[in-house]
Amino acid sequence: MAEAEKVEVVIVGAGLAGLACAYHLAAAGLEVLVIERGDFPGSKNVTGGRLYLHPLRSFFPHLWEEAPLERHVTKERLTAMGKGSSVTVELSSERFKEKPYHSHTILRAKFDPWLAERAAQKGAIIVPKSRVDDLLWQEGRVIGIVASEAEIHADVVVAADGAFSFMVEKAGLGKRRKPQDYAVGAKEVIELTSGAIEERFGLSHGEGAAQLFFGSLTEGMFGGGFLYTNIDTISLGVVVGINALMEKEPGFELHRLLDSFKERPEVKPLIEGGHPVEYSAHIVPEGGLESMPQVYGHGILVVGDAAGLALNTGLIVRGMDFALASGALAAQTIMEAKKRNDFSPASLSRYEELLKESFVLKGLETFREVPRFLQNPRLFNLYPQALSESLERLMWIGEEPKEKISTTLWREARRAFRFSAVRDLLRVWRI
Amino acid sequence: MSIDAKLALDAFKIDEESHIQIDQTRCKERCQTRYCLYVCPAQVYTLGQEGEILIRYEGCLECGACTIACDTTLAWNYPRGGFGVQYRFG
Ligand SMILES: Cc1cc2nc3c(=O)[nH]c(=O)nc-3n(C[C@H](O)[C@H](O)[C@H](O)COP(=O)(O)OP(=O)(O)OC[C@H]3O[C@@H](n4cnc5c(N)ncnc54)[C@H](O)[C@@H]3O)c2cc1C
Repeated sequence: MAEAEKVEVVIVGAGLAGLACAYHLAAAGLEVLVIERGDFPGSKNVTGGRLYLHPLRSFFPHLWEEAPLERHVTKERLTAMGKGSSVTVELSSERFKEKPYHSHTILRAKFDPWLAERAAQKGAIIVPKSRVDDLLWQEGRVIGIVASEAEIHADVVVAADGAFSFMVEKAGLGKRRKPQDYAVGAKEVIELTSGAIEERFGLSHGEGAAQLFFGSLTEGMFGGGFLYTNIDTISLGVVVGINALMEKEPGFELHRLLDSFKERPEVKPLIEGGHPVEYSAHIVPEGGLESMPQVYGHGILVVGDAAGLALNTGLIVRGMDFALASGALAAQTIMEAKKRNDFSPASLSRYEELLKESFVLKGLETFREVPRFLQNPRLFNLYPQALSESLERLMWIGEEPKEKISTTLWREARRAFRFSAVRDLLRVWRI
Repeated sequence: MSIDAKLALDAFKIDEESHIQIDQTRCKERCQTRYCLYVCPAQVYTLGQEGEILIRYEGCLECGACTIACDTTLAWNYPRGGFGVQYRFG
């Protein structure tokens, strides 16, 4: 291509953040080009599997009614794993069964193409199989991109290129990537009949379960396991801090961790007879607010994982709702900037304001302390082990007479909880 | 389930050109830790007989964990458009 083409907005990456942005811009009549390196949107994307819809309803009214969602989650489980024992807490609530549903499991290779289709219907042009290699600059401002040796000019470039964002790097907006700010997840999708899934998890038709695991499954490393039920598959995976993997002696690979997780008696019967149909891996930004890049520059905005917008509190994993909302807010910013015909940092800083006013940065602000709190290894070895062992001792009837419950509890507590535990508890209190 | 069996579940479109480069001399001289061997969920990196790092870029899942862990010599990019892993579930 000799002559550079010009569009109003170029979006790098057709994940949730990029597609959400494209959807809104196209709906407002702007000329939008989304460039995706995968064969189709969704072909490179990995998630655990659950999307919280309530925070998104005002951003995309009615959009979800025909979305390819898997199951609505009605059962939440949390499992603390010790070496030979575990404790599971299960929450079922009628509230989870009320429409509109609270959260849904999804598979990205189905969901993203659907969203892309919606954006295309509004007029966005989506170009797959094309990798953006560089940004184009003029006098300190971003004026476009280079993809497959073609130059495309734009008023604004939106970096929606995911957790490992070369665009953020090239725009000079990011900090140095630190291993402690990222985790890496490995996941298997396991095929089972929908009947078997409903029976094993005690679900009615269409209902789903979500289960998070922490403790000995990660061999003391910062991280955990997850299980989400889809219509006729189960998404099962482990996520571990990159730093933790680096420091582990002797080294322990993630795929082996996943295999031993699958062998655990808490997991094995749930996937028994199922056929693994896919193995995937992806990184997750876990550094929280402190490790976020600058989200706007001259002629450029950063959305979704590329902006570090993800949150893992151990109980809740979020990133997809943040990605979708940040894409929508970037679109709003661009529409306002367009009216002023001003794409300077001062004009585009509106995006950061909008993020701060929304659930996205409010959520990350509330859980600001979480990333540092989760670096505490006691959470992944001592406490889950102590919890399941103590309960086991309470339930156990041996030959000798049973001691008082308070005696058992006191001894167990003294074994596990030393002064550091008081400090840890105080920190939980602040979260 | 071996890592090869896991990767065999996935569809890959393999580029003839590798998207991962490593300076073997620098790697050998400067890196004692060899984090790439452990942080990669696809076991793209293995140790050769001479202590060099062997790279099976064909089975890369494109997560980027290796570059985050390596501060010595790894030059990693996404595969060219239309190449690499193709998820059908995701
Ligand atoms: C194991 C795991 C479990 C998770 N569980 C959950 C969960 O249960 N709930 C939840 O809400 N979140 C979860 N998350 C987080 C969530 O998946 C992410 O926050 C979300 O996918 C981010 O979307 P995105 O659009 O920002 O990025 P992505 O979905 O990564 O999209 C980025 C896109 O950009 C493309 N791209 C990158 N570079 C280029 C380039 N140079 N040129 C062209 N295209 C490019 C990529 O191919 C990709 O399609 C999980 C993440 C992982 C890894």
